[in-house]
Amino acid sequence: MAYKTVIGLEIHAELLTKTKIFCSCLAEFGKEVNTHCCPVCLGFPGALPVLNKKVVEYCIRAGLALKCEISNKSRMDRKNYFYPDLVKGYQITQYSNPLCKNGYIKINTKDGDKKIRIKRIHIEEDTGKSVYDEKGNILLDYNRSGVPLIEIVTYPDMNSPEEARIFLEKLKAILQYIEVSDCKMEEGSLRCDININVIDEETGIKSTITEVKNLNSFKAAVKAMEFEEKRHIELLEQGKNTLKETRRWDENRNETVVMRVKETVEDYRYFPEPDLVYIEVDENWIKNIKENLPELPEDKKERFIRDYNLPEYDAKVLTSSKKLADFFEETVKISNNPKQVSNWLMGDILGWLNVKNMDISEIKFTYKEFADLLELINEGKISNNIGKKVLKIMFEEGKNPKIIVKEKGLLQMSNASELERIVDKIMEENKQSVEDYKKGKEKVLGFLIGQVMKATKGKANPQLVNKIILEKLRQ
Amino acid sequence: MDLINLTIHELRDLIRNREVSSEEIVKSFFSRIEEVEDKVGSFITLTKEKALEDARRIDKKIKEDITSLSDLAGIPVGIKDNIVTEGIKTTCGSRILENFIPPYDATVVKKLKLNGAIIVGKTNMDEFAMGSSTENSTFKITKNPWDLNRVPGGSSGGSAAAVSASEVPYALGSSTGGSIRQPAAFCGVVGLKPTYGLVSRYGLVAFASSFDQIGPLTKDVEDCAIVLNSIVGFDKKDSTSVDNDSIDYTKALIKDIRGLKIALPKEYFDNRIDSKIKEKVLDAVKTLEKLGAKIDYVSLPHTEYALATYYTLASSEASSNLAKFDGVRYGKRAKNYNGVEELIVKTRTEGFGDEVKRRIMIGTYFLSSSHYSEYYKKAQKVRTLIIRDFEKVFNEFDVIISPTTPTLPYKIGEKKEKFISMYLSDILTVSANIAGIPAITIPCSYIDDLPVGMQILGKAFGEEDILSVAYTYEKNSNFQRRAPKIKEGIKNGI
Repeated sequence: MAYKTVIGLEIHAELLTKTKIFCSCLAEFGKEVNTHCCPVCLGFPGALPVLNKKVVEYCIRAGLALKCEISNKSRMDRKNYFYPDLVKGYQITQYSNPLCKNGYIKINTKDGDKKIRIKRIHIEEDTGKSVYDEKGNILLDYNRSGVPLIEIVTYPDMNSPEEARIFLEKLKAILQYIEVSDCKMEEGSLRCDININVIDEETGIKSTITEVKNLNSFKAAVKAMEFEEKRHIELLEQGKNTLKETRRWDENRNETVVMRVKETVEDYRYFPEPDLVYIEVDENWIKNIKENLPELPEDKKERFIRDYNLPEYDAKVLTSSKKLADFFEETVKISNNPKQVSNWLMGDILGWLNVKNMDISEIKFTYKEFADLLELINEGKISNNIGKKVLKIMFEEGKNPKIIVKEKGLLQMSNASELERIVDKIMEENKQSVEDYKKGKEKVLGFLIGQVMKATKGKANPQLVNKIILEKLRQ
Repeated sequence: MDLINLTIHELRDLIRNREVSSEEIVKSFFSRIEEVEDKVGSFITLTKEKALEDARRIDKKIKEDITSLSDLAGIPVGIKDNIVTEGIKTTCGSRILENFIPPYDATVVKKLKLNGAIIVGKTNMDEFAMGSSTENSTFKITKNPWDLNRVPGGSSGGSAAAVSASEVPYALGSSTGGSIRQPAAFCGVVGLKPTYGLVSRYGLVAFASSFDQIGPLTKDVEDCAIVLNSIVGFDKKDSTSVDNDSIDYTKALIKDIRGLKIALPKEYFDNRIDSKIKEKVLDAVKTLEKLGAKIDYVSLPHTEYALATYYTLASSEASSNLAKFDGVRYGKRAKNYNGVEELIVKTRTEGFGDEVKRRIMIGTYFLSSSHYSEYYKKAQKVRTLIIRDFEKVFNEFDVIISPTTPTLPYKIGEKKEKFISMYLSDILTVSANIAGIPAITIPCSYIDDLPVGMQILGKAFGEEDILSVAYTYEKNSNFQRRAPKIKEGIKNGI
């Protein structure tokens, strides 16, 4: 039997504003608990919210980057419920009238291009953070209370965990490109809820949609979706169905577990927030934000292919993060060999970043130093292989490659007479090999070159060595 | 000199002429408080030491420089206990905030302090401003100084009684549906509810955010303008506040009312209103007519829905506004509980009084998804119709005049359990809150030694109009500044 998976996502991204959404407290992550709090973000009696204009701007920026319509007039609503980390007994959010609607992201899948539609993007405030101690007490940190969020809600347009992963990666890249969120999942600044079910394509029978909440890594999200997909299909095959429930991903058990069964729809008693006035956005403001929107990943990719003559694959990898793309472009400006820069970036540099679990912004050397390394290679001062060794040192010590080469004596030996002496010595020591070559065993050439490289600790210019040995063998 | 019977402007003049010091004034009022507070019960908290200290500081300033002195400098004020005061207990008349000491000042308090006002204490009120008699305070029942067996009105009953009994020359109250005008009328003082947005709500513990407004209760209209001058103005901490602080409201007082058009809405003079009260108000209107105003009857056709609209919307907002009192961060927390839910439920069960619980439950019902369209949304639509009624009248008229209350002050306990009949006390005042327009009440007569209030409503930001009409009437009548004889015999807290 064939099953179709249906996935919709709700993504919360914390905005990179300096201050909180309704007061002037700093919105920074990781500060000492309960130090960035005031009567407003603690919901003290009499305190009133005032909407941070930057939040509206950032939401519009995200909306435009995700091809949404921007509402000229929207408003905030209250969502009422009780929880100790919710200071006012309600959360200020947008409900009936979100700031951005009807956008999309195009993704490439194995079946070709696909549009994932975005239903809405709205503004809301984050709640405080509950921490449970060993005794089961709830400790509360309100630094996060009032940190601005946007919630991006998609239509159920994704049909596999893989598609959802591609969508999430692309969404993350866009939000980072336009600098509205740092999307650090480990710090909770990007969180994702999944709505998933499957449909038996023959009978049309659908499993009940389950919700998996608060996924804090793409890996976990994909695993949770795969787990759910399988669980739904298995139940349908047994003639059973899933329950309408909220689940969470249990990292240790590698499975989703039930948080709560939804017997009734929760009644949040939404109503318009009377403490805030309507959000009015005029066309000029939207135009201005649009004009100042940076180049988005898709456009950048196209430009990389066009301007740098790169293969599509390279362009896609290089533009997957703005910082990587910037690093590439800055280096090319100096070294002027796009394909070579791309090869090094995609090969060795991404490799090392991966090994060290680092982001491009965290590396110890600059694009200028990287360009210096390529220059050393291109001028024949070091070989490609030495280059790789130098890069490793650059990763570890963050030193300028020219200094590394000098200090470690790695400059390539291109002095013909000096190399001739070494070649003579190697041929003297390997008479048998020389004989073999003359008898027609051409393979030994490689062996002899290898011996010379070994003797020079890799510093000998391999082309020159090749040439000298050949000349001598033919004598 | 009997300082306690003087108005702000009279006290101000004495201070400026260096005839009295602020300390003397404050001392006089505290001895008055000691004399009558036991009978009237206007205050929840008194701050005598701090007030005297502040007065001495102001006196020092006065010695140094009298020219830059504000009208309110050195003069005592009572603040309704739902307006937060840094370092001074702010209870909202509720058990749940019994020991709450705010870490900050409301914007109006900040402004008063900047003007050198001396806070003598926090006045009693119906719990969270819900009520029309000040019988719903957790702490005490305030008495009407004109008859200690009667209610002072609510919910700013403490503020109204304090001014009426000369415990303070003026006080701040708050109005959600009539909570300044109704008690002012019952106590025979002047009370103004400004246009929504004119005075910052920052620091006013919210009852119903889209209705609430802070305003003055004073002995006369000039004082009302003086206080208004010092509390208006744009506040960046309140999104709904507007900028109007360049107006000097005391200058509007002497405006000529000849040719002024006064509307009398027939719905405000119908048979639900005590006929003797109607008569007195119409007498007052005649006085204005004699002074050159033009009078005509009009209709505000949606008036009959005002009370229902008000209770629907205000209770809905209240049910949400009061959710922050959960025992987690401040105020009362229940002692024994298992888990978070029980903590919240127990705290709220023990902390809130009946009227507050009633409104939270009603509001929760109105907002629930299955009843939202039927109640909340419909009430919002009616609200728009009521606003349009007023706009239509104000296209042709400058002010609207009506009685302030449908009855004279009633006996304590008379309506305590009949909350629907209690809700009717606000029938003439709620519409101004629904529409956000300004309204003032001034004493216009006395029946059986009990005060009668006349209400004057203006268009949005039309404070100058209503103050000038009120002032003109006041200067041409003889009902002002009568002081109640506070009779012996009744102990506080029946």
